[in-house]
Amino acid sequence: MKPAANHQNRPMLPSWQALLTLAMYSFMYIPIIILGVYSFNESRYGAVWRGFSLTWYRKLLGDERLFFALGDSLKIALCAVAVSSVLGTLMAVGLAKYRFPGKSLYVGVSYLPLIIPDIAIAVATLVFLASVAIPLSLWTAIAAHMVFCLAYIAVVVSSRLKGLDPNLEEAALDLGATPTQALLKVLIPQLTPAILSGCLLSFVLSMDDLLISSFTAGGANPLPIEIFSRVKTGIKPDINALSVLLILASGLIAALSEYFRVKSDRA
Amino acid sequence: MERGIKRTAALTHIFNLATIQQKLRAIVRPLGLLGPSGVWLLLLVVLPTLLIAELSFVPGLRPGQAIEGYGLLNYIRILEPTYLRVLQRSATFAMGTTLLCLALGFPVAYWLAIMAPKRWRNLLLVLFILPLWTSSLLRTYAWITLLRPSGVINLVLSSVGLPTQGLMNTHWAVYIGMTYSFLPYMVLILYASLERLDLQLLEAAADLGANPRLAFWRVTVPQTLPGIAAGCLLVFVTSLGDFVVPTLLGGPTSMTLSRLIYNQFLGVARNWGFGSALSMVLILMVSLAIALLLKYGDRNPEIYS
Repeated sequence: MKPAANHQNRPMLPSWQALLTLAMYSFMYIPIIILGVYSFNESRYGAVWRGFSLTWYRKLLGDERLFFALGDSLKIALCAVAVSSVLGTLMAVGLAKYRFPGKSLYVGVSYLPLIIPDIAIAVATLVFLASVAIPLSLWTAIAAHMVFCLAYIAVVVSSRLKGLDPNLEEAALDLGATPTQALLKVLIPQLTPAILSGCLLSFVLSMDDLLISSFTAGGANPLPIEIFSRVKTGIKPDINALSVLLILASGLIAALSEYFRVKSDRA
Repeated sequence: MERGIKRTAALTHIFNLATIQQKLRAIVRPLGLLGPSGVWLLLLVVLPTLLIAELSFVPGLRPGQAIEGYGLLNYIRILEPTYLRVLQRSATFAMGTTLLCLALGFPVAYWLAIMAPKRWRNLLLVLFILPLWTSSLLRTYAWITLLRPSGVINLVLSSVGLPTQGLMNTHWAVYIGMTYSFLPYMVLILYASLERLDLQLLEAAADLGANPRLAFWRVTVPQTLPGIAAGCLLVFVTSLGDFVVPTLLGGPTSMTLSRLIYNQFLGVARNWGFGSALSMVLILMVSLAIALLLKYGDRNPEIYS
């Protein structure tokens, strides 16, 4: 008898791996759940439960500063992602199609924003902008966010490109399509799910970014900077409420992205 | 005859024009695809990195100041005990977090990839890495609610009669926060590696008389070593550069390299030269980790083919 997969021999007893996995799921979710529960707590201080209340959500709705910050964040993320989706896709297609001297250098540089810690990139961008005397604004933040959005979208699209059938594009060319037509009508539709999921990923990263905005946004005040400056000094119940709303929103985006990923795999 | 020569000349001329056009197209098309991103990366990654490399050799450069001379003073200053301790602390945090993530993440990835019911695997994995989609700032903030002196952990401890713990603003808080933040990365990468594990090899090992523990260390671990190396690198690099966790959970006792760099530019210190030198050290540490991975880990981690 083969003693293979011996954990299946006693299905009644959960293995220690299963128990540890369960513990780790709790580890991942308990802080978020507790944050959610306490956003409904009447009490301002301490962990003691003082009754259910929507006070903090109401306070949130009247907080103009937070809404402006959310607006700044959305402007930065949407602009950066919109431009990057085009540039990143073109870059991925170009890298898949052409060989040229210095290609490995190009690829290496395109990885840098994913590898170098945010703080170093943020500092370098600030110093560079100062040296060419470009004043910091929402636009410099968008330019800086584009760097990592571009890199992530290119990586996601590249991995999808590898799984595509190259014959389809060649067939289009044989049938008289110009290379541009072949790109727009044959390649891009096949890549759309991957592009969208890359966009969602970089949108989330851009909305979450604290360091690069801190160094490049100047007078603009995106949401992570506003939140960070408030929670540095401790617990703020209205930020608990805000967190719950933002976490729900990102859960939605994650579900959307997973949908595109599955669609992209099946296409 | 003459006409024939003329025609040939004209034809060769057209032919040449076509090859020139072809050649031109062969340059223009890649340029159109790769140019815009290339310019962006050049302007906002390459030039800035070269610039801080230069400024790191300018001692005591303040914002708005002109460069007056070069020297190694910034780097010599990093060797002072205060700053060496910061470097050491950053490396220890990153190393400790990596080991914690590996120790906790491997069994989870193993269970998900090999032991979990097949039809639930994907969903369970997605569920585990779902927190990565939410703001890392807010997930770190969530831990303040648990760790602070009047927080949930102490509430639970005191309600069962145990002494309360001062966890907030300690190194423990940093380890907890970083492990919490980066565990999903480790599980994701290890899962991808364990999923491809050839289970027949384990059966073969068992047939040849290896007990499960021996088979694990002699078959499973070597087979997944590239994944282990990649996961460790990712967690190490990310936690080495992390700013939010040490700032929010570690408090004043957890000064790290990234916080020190932040202070040189946005804090009270305002020393761009020293800050640039510290950034170069951070980039160097990251490059070193990657070089180690390339030497001992997966030899072709190419994503672009």
